[in-house]
Amino acid sequence: MLEVKDLKSRYGRIEVLHGISVEVREGEIVSLIGSNGAGKTTFLRALSGVQPVSGGAIRWQGKDISRVAAHMRSRLGIAQVPEGRQVFSPLSVEDNLKLGAWARRDNEIAADVENIYRMFPVLAEKRNIPAGSLSGGQQQMLAVGRALMTKPKLLLLDEPSMGLAPLLVDQILSSVADLPKLGITVLLVEQNATAALAISNRAYVLETGKIILSGEAASLANDERVTEAYLGL
Amino acid sequence: MAQFLQYAFSGLTVGAVYALVALGFTLIYNASGVINFAQGEFVMLGGMVTVFATAAGVPLPLAALLAIAVAVLVGVALHLLAIEPAKGASAVTLIIITIGASILLRGLASIVFDKRFHALPAFIPGEAWRVGGASILPQSVLVLGGAAAVVVLLWVFMSRTLLGKAMIATAANRMAARLVGINTVWIICASFAVSAAIGAIGGILVTPITLTNYDVGTLLALKGFSAAMLGGMGNPLGAIVGGLVVGLLEAFGAGYISSAYKDAIAFLVILLVLFVMPNGLFGRAGVERV
Ligand SMILES: Nc1ncnc2c1ncn2[C@@H]1O[C@H](COP(=O)(O)OP(=O)(O)OP(=O)(O)O)[C@@H](O)[C@H]1O
Ligand SMILES: [Mg+2]
Repeated sequence: MLEVKDLKSRYGRIEVLHGISVEVREGEIVSLIGSNGAGKTTFLRALSGVQPVSGGAIRWQGKDISRVAAHMRSRLGIAQVPEGRQVFSPLSVEDNLKLGAWARRDNEIAADVENIYRMFPVLAEKRNIPAGSLSGGQQQMLAVGRALMTKPKLLLLDEPSMGLAPLLVDQILSSVADLPKLGITVLLVEQNATAALAISNRAYVLETGKIILSGEAASLANDERVTEAYLGL
Repeated sequence: MAQFLQYAFSGLTVGAVYALVALGFTLIYNASGVINFAQGEFVMLGGMVTVFATAAGVPLPLAALLAIAVAVLVGVALHLLAIEPAKGASAVTLIIITIGASILLRGLASIVFDKRFHALPAFIPGEAWRVGGASILPQSVLVLGGAAAVVVLLWVFMSRTLLGKAMIATAANRMAARLVGINTVWIICASFAVSAAIGAIGGILVTPITLTNYDVGTLLALKGFSAAMLGGMGNPLGAIVGGLVVGLLEAFGAGYISSAYKDAIAFLVILLVLFVMPNGLFGRAGVERV
């Protein structure tokens, strides 16, 4: 479904992704783990088109989309829950969700908003409140809900558990684990490797802009190099 | 007392136009981070196109619509030809671009139109009304009412339509807006268009009172800018209050001190705001200063 070949990206003259190849197949949950500054966020942004790429290809359902504008990629079915939530703070919870459906022209938008409220009931209670005044966990749910409102085929999640209490981390990750049942494929970026590997089929390990390891999530979870560096064992 | 009222009326009338200019600054600033010093030229175009179109025999309502359309086209062109290609440039560079655009538009206007002053007949003819010993022109009431209508319409547009909310979303977080499929280039272009229309409406309404020529935009931009600064750059309510306050200060300054200082008041406001309260009356802290 998504095939990334030798992707490079830079900030000014400094290259931070040195040729990344990643594949995501339909129905999978794939996680990308790596420490601070490895380039995970840059990679996801490049996939969504909000970060320029300087080399390589992004093939999506067979076509190279590396030159397609960001707002068109979301229409092709690639959504992202960005790092740090990035909700539209001055707008209400409901408006945030409706803007998720900005590019949609079908008439199931209202029903989908209700589905998001069923998935995250706390958002329903706060539907008329400005998103900026929600707690961190609620903003994360809203960011996930907003991305789901685009009706994605592939959801890119950038550290959804960051800064959340353990109970909330479980809640967010268990809703992520359910996404394939809704027909949504997931590429999950996490520093919390244990939690990420537990819900993933496969995983890649990114270090200073390069993929250094990849494989089945279960086998990576037992790999010494992973356990030492990322599981804190 | 009658004199006080008289000054207040004239202050509120020009203040309403400054408020519209300041609102134009605010919209573009919020959407794109650009301080558009060509904002005054939208007001000029509103007045001048209406003057020349009516002189050519076009009925006033049509001429006014035409003037708004011309200003909108110019606003869109300004964004697509000058601002968008320079994306990523520093705030100072962008400001210099808009100043350049303003000079260009004035030059073009002096050629396409002329360099003389022009007036329009009042839209509501008739004697000035007497209120508390002061007199107020029906056209002044129209300026105030028109400005109020623009503000209400803009508020409804921003708070009730998805397009308005997409504008707010783009202003609040451009990357997140792109991630949900909003074409932010188009949205910013729309904010230039709305801003141009608002400026043009101000120009059309006020021309019967203040006259217009190719050059009126310069001072209007300055005064609208000081109004926006006073209100807190980026805050629409602040822009409106700021505009009215600058207008009132100007009228009282001219009336009680000397009309020679009228235009200096706006400068004084800018300096005071910069020194005393850089975030303005309603500003949020941390807005980038230039
Ligand atoms: N806007 C920027 N300008 C310049 N360099 C940047 C910028 N953003 C990130 N970098 C650099 O690019 C590298 C990759 O950063 P990135 O944010 O992609 O890492 P990350 O893996 O997401 O880290 P984290 O786990 O902290 O979120 C880092 O060295 C970082 O310093
Ligand atoms: Mg990151």
